[in-house]
Amino acid sequence: MEINMGRVLGLIFANMHDNTISEMTKARTMGSMLFGGRYRLIDFALSSMVNSGISDVGVITKANYQSLLDHLGSAREWDLSRKKGGLHILPPFGHVQTGLYRGRIEALYGATSFIQNSLTDYVIMSDCDMISNFDFRPFVKAHIKSGAAITVATSTQSFPPELIHESNVFAVDENGRVKDVLISPEVSGSCTISLNVYVMQKDLLMDLIQDCNARSQFSFERDILQAKVRELDIRAYEYKQYYSKIYSMASYFRANMELIEPENAKLLFLPKRPIYTKVSDNAPSKYGLDSDVRHSLVADGCVIDGVVENSVIFRGVKIAKGAVVKNCILMQGTNVGTGAELCCTITDKNVKISDGRVLTGTDGYPVYVAKGAVV
Amino acid sequence: MYNKKECVAMLLAGGQGSRLYALTQSVAKPAVPYGAKYRIIDFPLSNCVNSGIDTVGVLTQYQPLVLNEYIGDGQPWDLDRLHGGVHVLPPYQKASGAQWYSGTANAIYQNLSFIERYDPEYVIILSGDHIYKMDYSKMLNFHKEHDCACTIAVIDVELEEASRFGIMLANDDDKIYDFEEKPKNPRSTLASMGIYVFSYAKLKKYLIENENDADATKDFGNNIIPALLENNERVYAYRFDGYWKDVGTIDSLWEANMDLINPNIPIDLYDPAWKIYSRNPVFPPQNIGKNAKIQNSMVTEGCFIDGMVEFSMISDGVKIEKDAVVTDSILMPGCTICSGAVVEYAIVGENSVIGEGAHIGARPETIDNKDEWGIAVIGHNLDISEGSVVPPKKIISEDIK
Repeated sequence: MEINMGRVLGLIFANMHDNTISEMTKARTMGSMLFGGRYRLIDFALSSMVNSGISDVGVITKANYQSLLDHLGSAREWDLSRKKGGLHILPPFGHVQTGLYRGRIEALYGATSFIQNSLTDYVIMSDCDMISNFDFRPFVKAHIKSGAAITVATSTQSFPPELIHESNVFAVDENGRVKDVLISPEVSGSCTISLNVYVMQKDLLMDLIQDCNARSQFSFERDILQAKVRELDIRAYEYKQYYSKIYSMASYFRANMELIEPENAKLLFLPKRPIYTKVSDNAPSKYGLDSDVRHSLVADGCVIDGVVENSVIFRGVKIAKGAVVKNCILMQGTNVGTGAELCCTITDKNVKISDGRVLTGTDGYPVYVAKGAVV
Repeated sequence: MYNKKECVAMLLAGGQGSRLYALTQSVAKPAVPYGAKYRIIDFPLSNCVNSGIDTVGVLTQYQPLVLNEYIGDGQPWDLDRLHGGVHVLPPYQKASGAQWYSGTANAIYQNLSFIERYDPEYVIILSGDHIYKMDYSKMLNFHKEHDCACTIAVIDVELEEASRFGIMLANDDDKIYDFEEKPKNPRSTLASMGIYVFSYAKLKKYLIENENDADATKDFGNNIIPALLENNERVYAYRFDGYWKDVGTIDSLWEANMDLINPNIPIDLYDPAWKIYSRNPVFPPQNIGKNAKIQNSMVTEGCFIDGMVEFSMISDGVKIEKDAVVTDSILMPGCTICSGAVVEYAIVGENSVIGEGAHIGARPETIDNKDEWGIAVIGHNLDISEGSVVPPKKIISEDIK
C-alpha cells in the first residue's frame, strides 16, 4: 500500500504546554524555545513532517509568537516556501467569532477555513514538547490499515511521576485499541502515555470540531478522546524511536545533555532526515590557545578561550580565558567573562556573566538566568 | 519590465586553477572550500550584496557542476531577486556558432547581451580567486568622483613580491599611466587586485574593438587595459589597504586559511555588519568528545571530534577519531581521520578518509632539506589505507591501497 503524503496536512500547536516551563516561555512559545545548540523546539516537528513528505503545514499560535514568526520567516529553510501548500501561521483572532482559545478544539475551530481549504484527506497534529525525528509515513500507513478513526502515537515504559502528571495515560487492549483515557493522573510505574501526535481523516476531524464547538466543549483530550473512547475507534501507535519530552526545567536540561552523547545524537540527527533550522550565517567557531573543550555540543559563531565540559553551547557564545563552564546550557550570544565559573546553569539569550562570577546549580534544579540579564 | 541597475557585477569563475592540482581536478577554483565553512566564491558574492550590488553574472566554464549547484538560486547570499540577482553564465551556442570563453575579455564580450538587459551605467569585473572583504560601493564612488573610464583596485605589495602581479604605474594623483604584467624588474609596488570598475559605454567600446582584433589574446590585463592607456582614457588606481590574498596555489590557499586563526591578521569573519554568507549544509552542532583537545583552530557544524586538533581548519561533517592528531592542516568537508592517524601541514580534500595510523605530511623542522618540504595534499573522495605514509609536498590524487 502506497500512501500519498501530499494528501496529508500537518498541524503544529506552538503554544501547547507553555506553562510547563513558564520561565522560558515568558516571552516566547514552546515552539520557539531554544534547544540543542542551534534549534528551536518547533524544528523537530516541522522537519519530521517535511522529511515525511508533508508539504502543507499550519502552525497554530496563541500568544508570544513574535519569536516564532522571526524564526520561521518564509519557511524556506524547511523547504516550505511553496507555491502549492507550504507553511501557514494561524494566529488567534484569524477568523470571525474566534479569539484566544481555551483548548485544542477551539484552536482547531479557529483554523476551520484553513483546514477545510487545504487539498488534503488526512491531518497529522503535533505539539512542540517532543524532541524526535518522527517518520510519519509508517504512522499514517498504520492508521489507514487499521481503519481507526483516530491514531495516537504512544510510548510505553516506566516514566517519572512528573511526566505522567503532564500527560494523558491510555489503557490499550491487545489490538492496540484505546479503552480508557486518563488525563494527568497521579499514577506511577510503567504505563502508556500519549505523545500528543494524532492522525485522522480531515472530514472526521472537522465534524468532531464543529460538534464540540457547538456544545462549548474545548478540550480535545477530555471531550473527544475521553468522552468518545467507546464510540470511536481510537488506536495507539507505539513510537519506538529516540525521543525526549520537555515538561519541566529539569527535563529540558536533561534532554539537552543527552545529545552530547554521540550515541543519542546519532539517533536523532539522521543524515537522510536532517533537522532543519533557521540559518544565521555565523562564522565557524574559534577555539583559542587556552581553550579546553571536552564532551560538549558547540554551535557555530562561538569564540572559546576557556574550559568547557559537558555543556551545550549555542551560536555566538563567547567564553573568555580562565572561565570554567561545566554541565551548562549557554544560549545564543551568552558572554562569559574572565575567570567566571558556571556549573549546572542555563543562560537564556544574550546573558552576560561578568568577570569572576560564580553560579552553581544542580542537575535536578539548574540555575536559570533570564534573557538579556547581566550577572 | 523596467530593470535598470546602476551597476552590474561580472564575476569571472571559469578558471581551472591548475596550480591547485588535485583540489581542482573536479571542481572549479571558486568552488574550492575555504575557512571551514566557506567556498572561495562566497567572498566576492558577499562583498557584492554587502556593497549594495544585487545583480551578478557568474561566468563559468571549467567543471561547473559543483559551482552551479552551490550558487543555485543565490538565496544564501540574498541574491534571489525579482529583478537582477545572481545568474550563472556558461558559454552558449549562438546563431553564428559556438565558442568557448577564450579569455577574460572575451567572456564578458560574449555576455554583453546579459549586461544590456539591466542598462547599467557601470560594470564591476571581479574574479573568484581572492579572499578579501571590500566595499565596492566606495570604489564605485571613487570611479564617479574621478570621472574614470576604468578604475583598477590596487594593493601595495612588497617590492620582492611585485613581479608575481600585474603592476600599475601611477602619478601622484593615482592616475595610471602604464601597466606591466608580472614584470621582472618592477618599477612600482601597486599590484592589481583583478577588480575593475568600468563605465559601461567605455567597456563595451573596448571589448568590441578587442574582439575585432585578430591578434589580441582577449584578456583584460593584456589587451583592454593597455588599449585604454594608449588612448589616454582616464584610468585610476583605487588603493585598498585591507586584507587581500590570492589563493591560486597550494601554499597560498594553506596560508590564507591559517591567516584566519592568526590574531595579527586583519580579517574578521565575526563582524555582524559585513557577514560572509555561504550555502549552509544542514548539520547538528559540533560534537566534541571526551578525549578531544582543540586549540587555536576553527571548527564548524556537523563535526565529531574526539582527537587532538591544533592550528587547523575543520570543515563541516569532519570526523576525527580518538587518538588522531591534526595540526597545522586544513580538513575539507566530510573527511574522516581515523584513530591513530597523524595529519601535519596538510590539506585533506572533501570526503577523503585517512586510515588508522596513517601519517600525512610532516613538520618543517623534521626535514633537513627544506626544498623537499611543503604542504601535503590529499585530493577529494580518496581512501588512504591504514598505515600509509604520505611525505610532505606530495600531492595525492588517487586512492592509496
